Parts: sequence; structure tokens; C-alpha cells
Amino acid sequence: MKKEGLARWIVILLVLAAVGVPLVGWWLSKDLAATLELHARMPENGGWSVNTIQAKVGQPIHLRLTSDDVVHGFAVGRSDHPALDILPGEFTDTTLTFDQPGKYTFYCSRWCGANHWRMRGTIEVTGEGDPIPPDPQPLFLKLGIDIDAPQTAEVTPGMTASAGRGALFASQLPAYALEKDIYLSNSPAKVWLRLRAETFLSSLSDDDVWDAVAWIWQQHATPEALKSGQELYATNCAACHGESGKGDGVMVRGLPVWDPSLHTSGDVTHQPTGEGLVSPPDFTDPKVLLGVSPALLEGKIIRGGMGTGMPYWGPIFTSEQIQAVISYLYTFSFHSQEQPRGPSN
Amino acid sequence: MTRLDLTRSPRALALLRSRWPQFLLRAITLAGFVFTILSGLMGSVVGSHNFAIIFVWIAWWTTLKLVFIPFGGRSWCSICPIPLPGEWLQNGGILQPRGGTGFGLGKRWPRFLKGSWMQAGGFLLIGLFGAMTLTSAKITAIVLLFILILALALSLVFERRSFCNYLCPIGGFTGLYAQAGPVELRVKDVDICAAHSEKTCYTACPWGQYPLALKSSANCGLCMECLRVCPSDNIAVNLRPWGSDLGPKTKHRLDEAFLGLVMLASALVDSAVFLGPWGQLKSAAYAIGSPAWFLFSGSFLLTALGILPGLYLGAAWAANRLGTTHVNLRQSLAHYSQVLVPLGLMAWIAFTISFAFVKFGYVLPAVSDPLGWGWNLIGLSKTAGVGEATSFSLNLQVAILMVGLYWSSRVACRISETIRQAAPLIAFSGLFTLAMLWLLVG
Repeated sequence: MKKEGLARWIVILLVLAAVGVPLVGWWLSKDLAATLELHARMPENGGWSVNTIQAKVGQPIHLRLTSDDVVHGFAVGRSDHPALDILPGEFTDTTLTFDQPGKYTFYCSRWCGANHWRMRGTIEVTGEGDPIPPDPQPLFLKLGIDIDAPQTAEVTPGMTASAGRGALFASQLPAYALEKDIYLSNSPAKVWLRLRAETFLSSLSDDDVWDAVAWIWQQHATPEALKSGQELYATNCAACHGESGKGDGVMVRGLPVWDPSLHTSGDVTHQPTGEGLVSPPDFTDPKVLLGVSPALLEGKIIRGGMGTGMPYWGPIFTSEQIQAVISYLYTFSFHSQEQPRGPSN
Repeated sequence: MTRLDLTRSPRALALLRSRWPQFLLRAITLAGFVFTILSGLMGSVVGSHNFAIIFVWIAWWTTLKLVFIPFGGRSWCSICPIPLPGEWLQNGGILQPRGGTGFGLGKRWPRFLKGSWMQAGGFLLIGLFGAMTLTSAKITAIVLLFILILALALSLVFERRSFCNYLCPIGGFTGLYAQAGPVELRVKDVDICAAHSEKTCYTACPWGQYPLALKSSANCGLCMECLRVCPSDNIAVNLRPWGSDLGPKTKHRLDEAFLGLVMLASALVDSAVFLGPWGQLKSAAYAIGSPAWFLFSGSFLLTALGILPGLYLGAAWAANRLGTTHVNLRQSLAHYSQVLVPLGLMAWIAFTISFAFVKFGYVLPAVSDPLGWGWNLIGLSKTAGVGEATSFSLNLQVAILMVGLYWSSRVACRISETIRQAAPLIAFSGLFTLAMLWLLVG
């Protein structure tokens, strides 16, 4: 009977060990209370496990990030914190510290699925210090631009305009052509019309004026901004708008093309369009970008597209980043380098 | 036939006769089972980082099909933890033979529920909900816990291992293919048993088998209880040629044919779902309760209960017509079910190889970080690397399917009077092998 007792003890001890390992591990991990475990899941599976993170100015927050389904990313809007990849079942540790009280947005930075852009959460930072200054009123609101109304360029060049060629006419341009406000509040087509109407430029051909407009637009974009804009575009925009700007990104393949008649914001009663997502416009079509002003593009980026599925980026991008993206966007319509004159493409 | 009796070696006999080596293995598998349930319930929802998924569906399920069954028949059953709590209660102790005073009503299993019908049904259920169970650690854990409790409850009401004998889908699977396995338990000298009136071996057998009457290894769980209680040391544990239970003389029942067909259908459907190029089929299998899933279930059941049985019925009927002595169809279906054994076993091995090479890289990291909580117990958590499907693996799968076709054809010839009579069964095997080849190798 002694052996029977021993056998029973062995069973009990082994089963206790089997139960004990996870329980003790779970208990020990509770000690890491200062660490917040944040699970990323596709919005269909529940999104971020924590939607609002509370933090104090100057006090580090330790995060343990993991994904419960596919590869996600973790990034904090308007901060220098580099974006992190979150792999399924693996843990990534990171520490965040905030100097200024205010609301920050954290978001998924990997295209995880059709609802990827819904993966956003808030970090509420309280405590001493100057709060983040509120954003100035965006220009599109000051100018009263209806950013949802269909915009089409009144005129388009016969061939892709080139800033390189336009530089030849720089000395002939009026002073207002280089004013920041003119650039911000006018579409390239509008500026072209205004310049075309100037009698002292009558010696220039229509395409020459377009080249001049391309050159003006180039003057408002630094190479650094273009590079930063390209990176931001590739990371955040290309999923829908496509690497080449054609509106053929991986997320929107098979979606219906946007129908301007669906735009109803001018109506008294707003009919919810609500038909779901539509395909983004083709930026390489000159009618699209040459008809919109930087102010309008800024509005679209800050607020998102109404009824199109375009998310809002206001809490994520800084003003500089938005301007950089806008500068980059126009390169889909203009050649930035000198282009030899050739047949229209 | 040549046999190598392991009990002739005093050392092997001592190992088999002592309850301790087996008990220690059982205690470890029981603790592992409990740990698996807990990690499934508490651990990471990411399957590849959860011990429950990796150990049940990669490590154990693969080892069962590639090692335990082909080299040891029902050897897994001898250390399976599921019936243990109930059996120890029935026997009134861990190291006690059956027949002592223990807990339980000891009722006989209802006659109409006998046979492997319900095991086959259970296997179909696994297939229908497989995509979900195979990927969700929590559901795996709940199923395991349910099985553990069910086995315990049944052993308190019914005698012996009722769960293993009549319900366990894996028991059905293992039992069917153990007939092709190279291990058997038989009596040494028939006359000694005949003269022994107490039948201590039958009393002790948790499986309800009488060793003297054993003609097939399908229902012997290799627990060695008979060997331990035999007063005349008359039990042999033989190593034997593969497929020894398959031949003209062995008896087979209709439920074996059904079990064999369900296993064939499951191998086909699993290959199609997990290895086939049809994303929609895979999503349908996952979307339990959706119209697509009902379509998937319908096609699965049609394959398992309609198409394959229909083809097999036709083959068995034709084979029966081509013979000189005609038996009734029912007997014929049971008789030819032996052909399904090597065919199915090799198909399952080929299917297993297709993913085992690729997925085994997950096993060590799952030991290092069993719950997927970011632990690193043996320093291997980060090494998870998905292997590649090599041409070696593909060639091996083709070779194994060919062995299965050759083997089942040989069995068909052995149990038929003429090759002409075996032809319909060979055609059936060929058709099935072609389907597997198409799904596995494409």
C-alpha cells in the first residue's frame, strides 16, 4: 500500500505543477502593474484592447504590445516615437513619455485589413506644463471651401507641366505669383487662368504658363518636405490611393468609382450616402489635382473624406507633415525635373 | 508468420510487468493534459504561440500518426491520460488491477450503442468543426476538458473503458489502423488458457477483451493488465509484420467499413481545406453557422456518407459478383473493409507529412513560452521558424501514397479469390489515391 500512496503523491504533485506553472506565472506578471499590456486586434475582432491610456506628464508609460491576429503597427500621432511592428503572439516592449499635457492619438501603422484605419486610440496626458497649443483654424474653414464638393480643373495642360522648364519664365512672373497665400488658396488651374489673363505674359504659350505654374508649386516644396511627404504617403496613403497615385491601392481594389452625384452636402436635407467605401480619385489625371488648392487638400487630410472611407489625419499628422504630403501629392501632376518637350502623354 | 515475442527478454518482461514505468508515463501525460487545458484557456489567443494548439494539433497529432500507430499500434492508448481518473476510481487505486472495490455503478454498455459507429460520428464532428478547433486554443481546451469529464462520468456509470471503446474518435482512428501496426498482444499457448477457468485476464482487461479470443489488435489498448495478472505467464507481446490483422481469415464488422470510409473522407476533406488552393473553402470551414459553412458541411457529409460509401458499395458489390461463392452484401462490405485500412493509414501519414515538416518548428518555442506570454523558459522562444515545403517532402508524400495503393491492392488480392475479383477494390483504392495525390501534390 506504500507504493500506492507514492503513486498518488506523484500524480498530485505533477498535476499541481501543471496547474501551478500558469497560475504562478500569471501571479508574477501581475507585479508588473506599471506595465500596460496592449493587445492589437483587427477592428472586426475588437480593435485595441485598451482604447484610452491615461498618463502623467514626464512619467514614463511602459507598454507591452502584442497582436492577437495579424501584423499590426503602433504609432503615436504628432510625436517622434518611431512606429513599431506588433507581431502575432509576440511581445514588443516600449516606453512612452510625454512632456506636454493633452490628448494624443495612437494608431495602427500597418495595413492590417479593410478597417485598418479604425484602429485608433487616445492617450490622455494630464499634469503640469503648457498644454499642446490648439491648432489654428484650418484654412479651408476660413475660406469656406466645401471640401466635399466635386472639384475639377477648369483647364488642363496639353502635356505634363514641368517645373524645370518653367524656371525659364521665372523672371517674367508677377510678384504675387510666389505669395504663400496665393499658393495655399488657389488650385494650379486657378493660378494658370490668372497668369494667362496677364497681358505681359501673352508671349508665352499655354504650355509655357503651365510650366511656370509647376515651377511656382515647386518653390513651395523643399526637397526635405517632398521626401518626408513621400514617406508619409507610402506609409499612410498608398494603401488606398496606390503607390503611383492612381487610386488603385490594395485596400480599394474592386470598389466602385466615386460618383460626384452622390455629393449632397449642398442639399437642405442630407441623405446619408452610406453606400460604403468608394475608389479614390486618380491623382495622375490632371483634372483631379490641378483643380484643387493646397487648402482643400489640407482640409481633406485633416478631416477625412465624407462618405468615401477616407479617414481623418488631423490628430495624427503635424501641420508640417500635412504640408509635406500636399507638396508630394502635386508631384503626381507635375514633373519636378526638367523634361524635354515631347509628345503629350 | 514470424513473430518476435518481447516477453522472452527478461528485461522487457520486467518493464512490461511492473506498473511503474507505464504509471510514470501516464502521470506525465495526465499532468501534460491538465497543463494543455489550462494553457488553452489562459494562454495566448494566437494559435502558433499557444502550447495547447501546438502540442495537441502539431506535436501529438503528428506523433500519433507518424510514430505511435505505424510503429506501435495502439501504444498511445496505453499511456493516454483521458480514461485514467475514471479508471483509478473504478479500480480503487492507481496501481490496482481491475476487479477490486472501487467507485462506480459498473453497468454494462447498452448493446445498441456498441461498435465504432459513434467513434466514426465523433470523427465526423471533429472534421465539421475542425477548422475552428484546430486554430482556437480556447475551443481546443474546452473540447479536451469536456472529453476528460465525459470519460470520468462514463466510467462511474458503466464498466471498464466505455469512453475509449465506443466514443473516443481517436480510439476509433487508432484501433482501425492498429490492425496494420507491428505490435500485437496474444496468448502464447492456447491450451493453457483453455484449461484456466478463472479468466483473470478478462476480469482485469479494461477494454473488455479476452486475450484468447483476440484475432485483431483493433480493440486491444496494449495496457498490459492481462500480462500482469496471468498466473501462467501466458501472454505474449509480439512484434509482427505490418498488416498482420489484414487477411482472408480475420473477422471484420460492418462498422469497421464505416469507420474506414469516414477516415478516408476526413483525410480528403482535411487535405482540401488545409492544403488545397481554395481560400473560399477554407473560409467556409471556419465560418461555422454561416450559409457557406453549411454548404461545406453538406459537401463533407456527402463525401463521407454518400460518395465514398457509394463507390465502396459498388466496388464491394462488384467484387462479390465476380467471386465464385457469393456472400450477402453486408458480409462483403465488412470483409473488404480491410482494404480501407492501409489505404487510409498511408493517406493520413502523407497528409501529416505535408504539414509536419513545415510546422514542427513551432514546437520548441511553444515549450519555451507555452502560454504565449512572452516567457523564455529554455531560451528558444524567438526561434520559431516556419519550415519550407521541400521537394523531399513532396516526393515522400507521393511515395507514401503509392505504398498505400500497393499495400491496399495486395490486401484486396489476398482477401479475394482471384485478381479479377480484387479489381473493383483496387480501382476504388486507385481513385482515392489519385484524389489524394491531386490534393497534396497538385
